[in-house]
Amino acid sequence: MNSLKYLAKKGLRMLTLLIAVSILSFVLVSLSPIDPVQSYIGADMIRVSEEQRQQIAENWGLDQPPVTRFLKWGSNLIQGDFGTSSIYRAPVLQVIGERFIASAFLMGAAWVLSGVLGFILGILAGMNQGTLLDRGIKLYCLIMASTPTFWLGLLILMVFSVGLGWFPIGLGVPAGVLQGDVTLWDRIYHLILPALTLSVIGVANIALHTRQKLLDVLSSDYVIFARARGEEGFALVWRHGIRNIALPAISLQFASFSELFGGAVLAEQVFSYPGLGQATVQAGLRGDVPLLLGLVIISTAFVFAGNFIADIIYSIIDPRIKEGRRNHD
Amino acid sequence: MINRRQKVFLYTGFSLILIVGILLADVFVSVENLRTDFSQQSLGPSFSHWFGTDWLGRDMLLRTVKGLALSVKVGVVASLASTLIALLLGVSAAIFGKRTDAFISWLTDLFLGIPHLILLILISFALEGGVRGVIIGVALTHWPSLTRIIRAEVLQLKSMPYVQASIRFGKSPFYVARKHMLPHLMPQLMVGSILLFPHAVLHEASITFLGFGLDPSRPAIGIILSESMRYLTGGYWWLAVFPGLALLVVIRLVDVVGDNLHMISDPQQGQL
Repeated sequence: MNSLKYLAKKGLRMLTLLIAVSILSFVLVSLSPIDPVQSYIGADMIRVSEEQRQQIAENWGLDQPPVTRFLKWGSNLIQGDFGTSSIYRAPVLQVIGERFIASAFLMGAAWVLSGVLGFILGILAGMNQGTLLDRGIKLYCLIMASTPTFWLGLLILMVFSVGLGWFPIGLGVPAGVLQGDVTLWDRIYHLILPALTLSVIGVANIALHTRQKLLDVLSSDYVIFARARGEEGFALVWRHGIRNIALPAISLQFASFSELFGGAVLAEQVFSYPGLGQATVQAGLRGDVPLLLGLVIISTAFVFAGNFIADIIYSIIDPRIKEGRRNHD
Repeated sequence: MINRRQKVFLYTGFSLILIVGILLADVFVSVENLRTDFSQQSLGPSFSHWFGTDWLGRDMLLRTVKGLALSVKVGVVASLASTLIALLLGVSAAIFGKRTDAFISWLTDLFLGIPHLILLILISFALEGGVRGVIIGVALTHWPSLTRIIRAEVLQLKSMPYVQASIRFGKSPFYVARKHMLPHLMPQLMVGSILLFPHAVLHEASITFLGFGLDPSRPAIGIILSESMRYLTGGYWWLAVFPGLALLVVIRLVDVVGDNLHMISDPQQGQL
């Protein structure tokens, strides 16, 4: 019961945060000196008369004060209308929806791969503390934490696409093939390199966390007692270690959606993979306000969803949260 | 074997020399040195051009140093600004009652909720792109994690007998914060701001790579790398490898210094 109350409180908080995010991003976008009508017209500016310009501005309600515009935008938002993207000339939600699927495949693959690999690496390092293996894994993780995602992507692109020629240079699907003819294999084929990039970087955080947790567990009294009883090796780690550290690790992985999203934006840019990240960059560079706002809100909701799941897991594993004691720490 | 203190001393000295060197080199390398030279087009790494040259015959080492100097400047400004914000927010959260605390932790959650890169794009858009947008964006968004650390520390300090005594003697919150808490927070602030630097530099490189803050007269590492993408198929690997590697070395060095200082100032928590 208490645990439900805790989660309800968290959920409510996220709702207020999401509203604040939409207000904040709307204010920021309104501050911008970039004229949305101009960016909508783009290169056609010569053929558009002053009257037509004003008509577009009127259509979008740009002649009204910011507060009125915000309320209109907000009420449309609640009804599920995010407006129309000016660069893709389609409803924002439709643009995001199409691209979300592509990005979800990429992020999902990287998320699972980095989680599993990172966990295994962390266990290996923790079990062999101080050995060459442990130091190697630690060094690898620390270096990866300082490596720019897009640079690693460039290196991978150079080695596997340009050098070895095993993979295509970019694009989510083969060029010149109809949407319907793209097979599942095509999609996977184009997904491998960006997902690999994100995974190679992504293991660092989870591996270091798992290693530290395992070291804590292995120095605990109950493990010393278990050792005294004659347990050893992998059986000991399996029985006393992994059970203890698996859920926090999964929870950490859910809480990392923000970095995952940022990484995906960069990887999509390097491999010209048509996902949400590319849409965000385009929206920002070409001044597509409705799309940019929509992406900010959707990506924040995505991060919050991850955090919420992490909170649920925490409340399962840590009875103190259930009893509401966490606030008094 | 040298001990940890000596090691920190060495690393810190080396990083400082490197960073000051980059900044000094930036002053001496003028536009003159970066002019196009078509007799030196797209050369691989050699003794006269360590990092090779690009498609316009410009020396990549000089361009990389220019880019690194911008990164270092942005990184320093961002760590200082974010540390200051984190200090103000963290201390106020822990000192001025429950409501302030609730609001500040809500604000922290707000900034942690928006994916960082998306927030930077948004700020850059609001400020009409340009280097200014990048600097302001990176400087104003790196405080949340440090704020949390400082808040927790100040809360703990608040329950210490000497602080409690001072409060009971009727000292103002401001006095308590300045006289009793700030000296205690100094090591953490220092380590915190050093460890913010790598994040800030990575974000600066990422956002310029995506094309925000494009300014052809000032090569940023991100811009250099995004330009190199067009020439990758031609086999000009050095255009991408060296600038990125140089950035990685700078970031990693500062990270090592920060981690080691953390271990010295707080041996229990600083363990890796």
